[in-house]
Amino acid sequence: MRVIVGKGSCGIAAGANDVYDRLQALSEETPCPGTELGITGCIGMCFLEPIVDIYPNPREEDCLRLVHVQESDAEAIWHAICEDDLGSLDHLKIKQEDEEFLNQQTRIALRNCGVIDPEKLEDYTARGGYRSLWRILKKNITPEEVIHEIDVAGLRGRGGAGFSTAFKWQAARNAPGEEKYLICNADEGDPGAFMDRAVIEGDPHSLLEGMLIGAYAIGAKEGIVYVRAEYPLAIVRLKKAIEDATAAGYLGDNIMGSDFSCRIRIKAGAGAFVCGEETALIESLEGKRGMPRLKPPFPAQEGYWHKPSNINNVETFANVAWIMKNGGEAFAAMGTKNSKGTKVFALTGKIKRGGLVEIPMGRTLRDVIFGIGGGIRGGAAFKAVQLGGPSGGCVPAARLDTQIDYNELVITGAIMGSGGMVVMDESTCMVNMARFFLDFTTKESCGKCIHCRLGTKRMKEILDRIVEGKGEEGDLEKLEELCNAVKDGALCGLGNTAPNPVLTTLRYFRREFEAHIREHRCPAGECRALISYSIDPDKCIGCTACARQCPVSAIRGEVKKIHEIDPELCIKCGNCKTACRFDAVKVR
Amino acid sequence: METKSDLSLIEPTLSTYRDQKGSLIAILQSAQDIYGYLPMDVMEHISREAQVPISTIIGVATFYTQFRLQPVGKHLIMLCDGTACHVNSSELISAAITDELGIRDGETTEDGLFTLKHVACLGCCSLSPVMMISGQTYGALTPDKTRQILRKLAEKGGETK
Repeated sequence: MRVIVGKGSCGIAAGANDVYDRLQALSEETPCPGTELGITGCIGMCFLEPIVDIYPNPREEDCLRLVHVQESDAEAIWHAICEDDLGSLDHLKIKQEDEEFLNQQTRIALRNCGVIDPEKLEDYTARGGYRSLWRILKKNITPEEVIHEIDVAGLRGRGGAGFSTAFKWQAARNAPGEEKYLICNADEGDPGAFMDRAVIEGDPHSLLEGMLIGAYAIGAKEGIVYVRAEYPLAIVRLKKAIEDATAAGYLGDNIMGSDFSCRIRIKAGAGAFVCGEETALIESLEGKRGMPRLKPPFPAQEGYWHKPSNINNVETFANVAWIMKNGGEAFAAMGTKNSKGTKVFALTGKIKRGGLVEIPMGRTLRDVIFGIGGGIRGGAAFKAVQLGGPSGGCVPAARLDTQIDYNELVITGAIMGSGGMVVMDESTCMVNMARFFLDFTTKESCGKCIHCRLGTKRMKEILDRIVEGKGEEGDLEKLEELCNAVKDGALCGLGNTAPNPVLTTLRYFRREFEAHIREHRCPAGECRALISYSIDPDKCIGCTACARQCPVSAIRGEVKKIHEIDPELCIKCGNCKTACRFDAVKVR
Repeated sequence: METKSDLSLIEPTLSTYRDQKGSLIAILQSAQDIYGYLPMDVMEHISREAQVPISTIIGVATFYTQFRLQPVGKHLIMLCDGTACHVNSSELISAAITDELGIRDGETTEDGLFTLKHVACLGCCSLSPVMMISGQTYGALTPDKTRQILRKLAEKGGETK
């Protein structure tokens, strides 16, 4: 029997380490011959963490999946394993409906995530890992043939912009010079996106193999992975993967006895969203402030240390070995005319089943949110989904049948982006949402271009006023004017796309903006300056729970009598609403 | 008031990176690991040893959010301000921390035990709202749960002091 604990960042945050440690202690106290305890990376079903998978037969894929496992459950689990009585664990078993979450997916980039132990090279090779690289080197497949296969696959950059990977590789290959670099952008900065983290934590060798094939194709002898500093576990696992692959001869000089040599090293980022932009990333790699360069010259001509460089994101590389193994046509058979293959999304927000979702392009947003995600958590109505982070936009209910396709999504005003998909219900104020993103881009603007540096600041000031109830007639027009100016006037993608969250919310939720300005009302009940709390006398039973939680003693009332909130004292912290078990606290 | 730092601690780092160009960020990261923040005298020392103008060093140190120019408390509370956390009311968590400890974003408690820092997405979105304290992630926070976590840490912190 094999017992696997999901130890991705999410699992660990939910308590997977405690579960694992307890199981390990039990396995030492009461050894159970033939049973092996192991770990895996992110399974993707974050809403069920911590997860323990039990494989009665290690050679088969069938497993008993236990969810929401707590440290206190470990004893029962170990007992059931030792006694071969897995039926006694039925209370922890995953529900049939939750299994739908994975059943509806097609996993290519995530093919090994949640299945293998990311810290064991042999787990990766047992599933065909490094076979694509081996075949290329042993069968003398030329770099041109590799690029051609990627071209047939129609692989486009998964980091957001969706540029053709084969085109970029060809450009870097064609660039004159001996010294070339292959760079992996793992500076996953979009708030609400964690696909790349999951790949590195769950299957680091697939990234390395993809990078090695890329390096072979463009003619690079050195690869660098630029990882966000906020991902310590990813760095640890990638480091180990590099050491193991080097020791096994998959990395380093004369790989697998061929003429091809390549080293890969890690560079930890230091926290700057703009470094997701490729030229800013290069500046940062060189130890400087991460400020974008003028293009052209493009990195393929003059990149890292002014040498030809190619930059792809993690998910892009994670697809490469699969494509080389199964052929470009198999990849291109999935998806739409413009968008081939699959895409990974991080489904979060007010969603019932949140986690990592990989689906073929061409499926609709509705399929993902309602089919896989199970719809809105808590029963409120769906309001919008935010795609593409600070560069993307909010797509409303009326557009839920939009296909997941680079071009189709642009028509909605949003973008494919790197894969963040944050679902919002009626309680989210769209004006505040726009302000939230502007606050982010204002802080993250590197300051090089005046339109971005000051334009986003002026826009945020207007949005600040609106959420505080001090909006004026003409504010929305001013916002639109600034949006267009920033779009046109900024040098890099950060500034060019910073207005998108504002433009899309204005386009689909203009009435909500107008309610703030003209009626001094926040329809979603979120903007503190525009709402008031009161207690519904029909529902209040006088339990005093709210009064005890009020930090400013603004709630009066005796036990078992109806309570009242003094609006003069209330600071609108919301504690009373959280405390009330009878839904008696109303927000208007 | 600036105290004197033990400059010998950074020597191994400086020799590791001596011949590697473009290593300034890595050196500063290592310095911060050693000293807990980037003291001015350490940055001046790096400037002399690595032959990088101090203006460049300050430029880099102030550009990236990871670097701190002031010492932080024993427990650094990194409160996630990502989109999913925002949608799931991270603002209430921030208010609870401020109410419990009397500090706002970027401030440190008088006893030097806690520093609060709002950070961009920690990537644990399905557990939002989330905070990370000394490498440990706490998810699915409520104001009450947050207060309890802080009180527990404060108790422990008191013992070791």
